[in-house]
Amino acid sequence: MKYMLIMRTTAEALEASKDLDFEQIINAMGAYNESMIQAGVLIGGDGLTDAAEGFVVDFGAETPVVTDGPYGEVHELFNGFWLLQVSSRDEAREWALRAPLGPGTKLEVRRVSDESDFEDFSDNEYIKKEKEWRGVEGAAGAMGSAGTADA
Amino acid sequence: MGAALDEVRRSLEAVWRIESARVVATLAKATGDLGSAEDLAQEAVAEALVAWQASGIPQNPGAWLTAVAKRRAIDAWRRRSRLDERHRALAYELEAATEPDFEPIHDDVLRLVFTACHPVLAREAQVALTLKVVAGLTTEEIARLFLVPVATVQQRIVRAKKTLGAAKVPFETPEPVAWKQRLSAVLGVVYLSFTEGYAATSGERWMRPELANEALRLGRMLQSLMPREAEVHALVALMEFQASRFAARVGPDGAPVLLADQDRTTWDRAQIGRGVAALARADGLGRGRGSYALQAAIAELHATAPSVETTDWEAIVVLYEALGRLAPNPVVEVNRAVAVAQAVGPASALAIVDRLDEEGALRGSHLIPSVRGELLARLGRDQEARAELLTAASLTANERERDVLRAKAAALGEQR
Repeated sequence: MKYMLIMRTTAEALEASKDLDFEQIINAMGAYNESMIQAGVLIGGDGLTDAAEGFVVDFGAETPVVTDGPYGEVHELFNGFWLLQVSSRDEAREWALRAPLGPGTKLEVRRVSDESDFEDFSDNEYIKKEKEWRGVEGAAGAMGSAGTADA
Repeated sequence: MGAALDEVRRSLEAVWRIESARVVATLAKATGDLGSAEDLAQEAVAEALVAWQASGIPQNPGAWLTAVAKRRAIDAWRRRSRLDERHRALAYELEAATEPDFEPIHDDVLRLVFTACHPVLAREAQVALTLKVVAGLTTEEIARLFLVPVATVQQRIVRAKKTLGAAKVPFETPEPVAWKQRLSAVLGVVYLSFTEGYAATSGERWMRPELANEALRLGRMLQSLMPREAEVHALVALMEFQASRFAARVGPDGAPVLLADQDRTTWDRAQIGRGVAALARADGLGRGRGSYALQAAIAELHATAPSVETTDWEAIVVLYEALGRLAPNPVVEVNRAVAVAQAVGPASALAIVDRLDEEGALRGSHLIPSVRGELLARLGRDQEARAELLTAASLTANERERDVLRAKAAALGEQR
């Protein structure tokens, strides 16, 4: 069985968290990740950047419509996710529009945070460890080459 | 309060799965004895079942279990009329060491793995003990996974602990000279569990993914414990590639679906990606490829090929040749023959299989007749093929596999 732990937060909570020490958050999250890695249960996962950077593709109309929101309700069902390696936001949008989905489905498209989001903390113990955990080659790159082989 | 008890039991099970390795490892380090550490931990679990109903589930359940188990150990030694010096010292040490914090104990878990896989134990005892104390499975779960009676697993574990005690096996990571041999036993245990889940040797189910997934969890745990060991990453890579095909390997009716007929779109791409990354980590250590890495490389070629036809069979043949030189093994030879059939043609492959047959390799196994049958069918020698496939069907203990072989034989019969 596989489970995804989906982090959801309210706008108020997000605003309140800005007063917290970012490094403290990194350390707490790093320790949590480390415990799951040592238990052999963590197989993948990434943080998503602020919702304001993302957009929504709504498959409700005849042709899919791209909007800035709104984002899913808390009780909405999340039934899968894709991780893409693309060169631009537009490329991501293009792929999203091609998803074989029908009315009633929304694709929330969010940028996955990367090393650049943590540049100011490159000396942090857990930021260094994360590079080790992720290994020499990321899974996303490997998936890209496997996926395009039959194109 | 039946519901509360049920809730406590369910949380306790989850806590145990996550924390047991650390709890047992901490206790084993304190007592120097794996057997009593495991018993003490079990007693603490029994106590938790009662205490947590009254007080709720503690903030740090792992620390709670460890502290209770340590207290029980001290009490037991105190009660003994002839408290000898060793026990007095141990009790003192334990009491002094009953810290409120529950520190992550990376090295202790590694010791636990090596002790459970000590060469003084038979392989099946190593498997049972590892799944019990390292993965935190219950005796019932292990019995169910390996299709053996609960009593058998219990016996294996009790005997294993006695053997470790009698041999005075210390709770430690092995010395550098013994490391290689011990590590290969550890990897062997993980691999054995995985392969039994990947293709069940008997019973009515073709695969038991739960067992394979437990093995993968153990493998990933070892990756974190031994990041410098290339073969650990290679074994995980191999398991990731094989597991990525689980959804495609069984039909809706539970019948096996062979590689050529599998819907490759249902292969787990993320898992294949993890496999590629793990093999790259193994290669990145620069020690060359061992037997798990060679097998992983073969699995990678399959996993990343869009179809059977476009699979790089020549490369697979070369990898099987390397594997055969590293560890000569008739099963590897049979697999090489299958790859040769794809790369060169069935006639060359048949020559390899016939030679194996003449040597009397794998006698009593369904493997050679099933591959021979396959090759003869491709050469148009239907009647001989049919006989071989039926022989193979009579030799396998897995019911699902038997059905597939019979169906193939029947299809050949119809054509004539």
